[in-house]
Amino acid sequence: MKILRPLIVFLGLLIVWHLVVTTLDMPAFILPSPKSVILIAIERMDTLMGHAAVTLAEILLGLVFGTLFGVTSALVMAYFRPARSWLLPVLVISQAVPVFALAPVLVLWFGYGMAPKIAMATLIIYFPVTAAFYDGLRRTELGWVDLARTMGASKASILRKIRIPAALPAFASGLRVATAVAPIGAVVGEWVGASAGLGYYMLLMNGRVQTAAMFAALFVLAIMAVCIYFLVDLALRRLIAWQPEADPASFS
Amino acid sequence: MTPSKVDTTLDHKSVGLHVENMQLGWDGRILIDGLSFEAPPLAWTCLLGESGVGKSTLLRTIADLVPIHPGAIVAGSDGKGLRGRIAYMAQQDLLLPWLTATENVALGARLRGEISDLAKVVGLLERTGIAGRADARVNEMSGGERQRVALARTLMEERPVVLMDEPFSALDAITRTQLQNLAFELLETRTVLMVTHDPFEALRLGQHIHIIRAGQNADHLPITPPGTPLRDPTDPSLRDTYHTIMYALSHRTGAAA
Repeated sequence: MKILRPLIVFLGLLIVWHLVVTTLDMPAFILPSPKSVILIAIERMDTLMGHAAVTLAEILLGLVFGTLFGVTSALVMAYFRPARSWLLPVLVISQAVPVFALAPVLVLWFGYGMAPKIAMATLIIYFPVTAAFYDGLRRTELGWVDLARTMGASKASILRKIRIPAALPAFASGLRVATAVAPIGAVVGEWVGASAGLGYYMLLMNGRVQTAAMFAALFVLAIMAVCIYFLVDLALRRLIAWQPEADPASFS
Repeated sequence: MTPSKVDTTLDHKSVGLHVENMQLGWDGRILIDGLSFEAPPLAWTCLLGESGVGKSTLLRTIADLVPIHPGAIVAGSDGKGLRGRIAYMAQQDLLLPWLTATENVALGARLRGEISDLAKVVGLLERTGIAGRADARVNEMSGGERQRVALARTLMEERPVVLMDEPFSALDAITRTQLQNLAFELLETRTVLMVTHDPFEALRLGQHIHIIRAGQNADHLPITPPGTPLRDPTDPSLRDTYHTIMYALSHRTGAAA
């Protein structure tokens, strides 16, 4: 049932969509029927998969780099007080300037290839990961640190064996948010200038009024994003399996 | 597993605690002033005081976790410093939730990058009565079980002086009594300094009781209840001591006296 539920929701949405198209008699270039989208998706499977591979690579590389930079920044900010006052404004600015506004600049600098898209995804992922992990590192239970100090633990050992593991649940929350928004970075990058990727393909089909193909690309993107999210979520759950889950709904 | 062997090595290192002219402050306000006391070797000494008087800070200062006030002295009864000779047990069990009971007991070695003596860990888990929970994580254990693991972790450290900050106060009455007995039995070969706000706990466990008061503590005298621990705090022979304690607790020194 648990696995079936998303499928039922998905099928239900398809039915609603189909009913909207048939009852309102929508023209195909505004809202194509689910059937035509599915047919075109099958017909152009190779093309779609080719573009999807590019977008997937951009998202995954963005996740890797964003997480890497985010974790490093959080550690540096947590451990070097002078760096904190310098890095915090950078962090805020990186978020205050909309990625959309940066996209043309990044394309100008890095060209039409994958680089500016990866940079964009990295930028989007960087902030939630850094903010969450930094917060987690600062909120270590003080008693644990006290105890470790009486046991003769070094600062490095306290960081590695107490502070970092203790901050993992916070880090996981940040990475979940980051994973959910990562595709935005890649797709926006592709809109501004690209020669491959699902975002690029959607714009191309839009220009040719091939709305069904556009929807097919959107579908592939959505399925991909959901799969990445669930895989990351699964990995994070394994990483912090020790954390008890308190479901707010289970208390009366 | 030969626990007796471990205990004999400890006897050589047994040391008491000497605290002199201790001053504690917070935000420029002096909480405790002029406090001096001894915790004799191999005995339980209780520091009794009302909540908020600074008992925990006092203990953390002795443990070298908080900078000490200039002019105050904290040393072993042998006159040497206490670095590496103190184990600390707090009110919370302070177990790491991502480790099993066994790994928590071996935490000290893990943090120092040493190889932990697994046979000793198993022995201590047996002596604290939680051998069956060796692989359990914190969220699978009861409050009493957790404090047992914390006690085993404290014993694992082989430190001659054990500082305890109300370690039993969060437990229910029955579990508390069980753990007091267990701790008293297992810490026989150590010097224990326990902070508490509970006069009954002090009467039950303390060979020497010191009343810590807010402000000046210069005129301070230890109270030594009759008999030896573990005492029954409801024993009529302890009534006078109980009244002495209650009187001392409710009458402040200095200007208020």
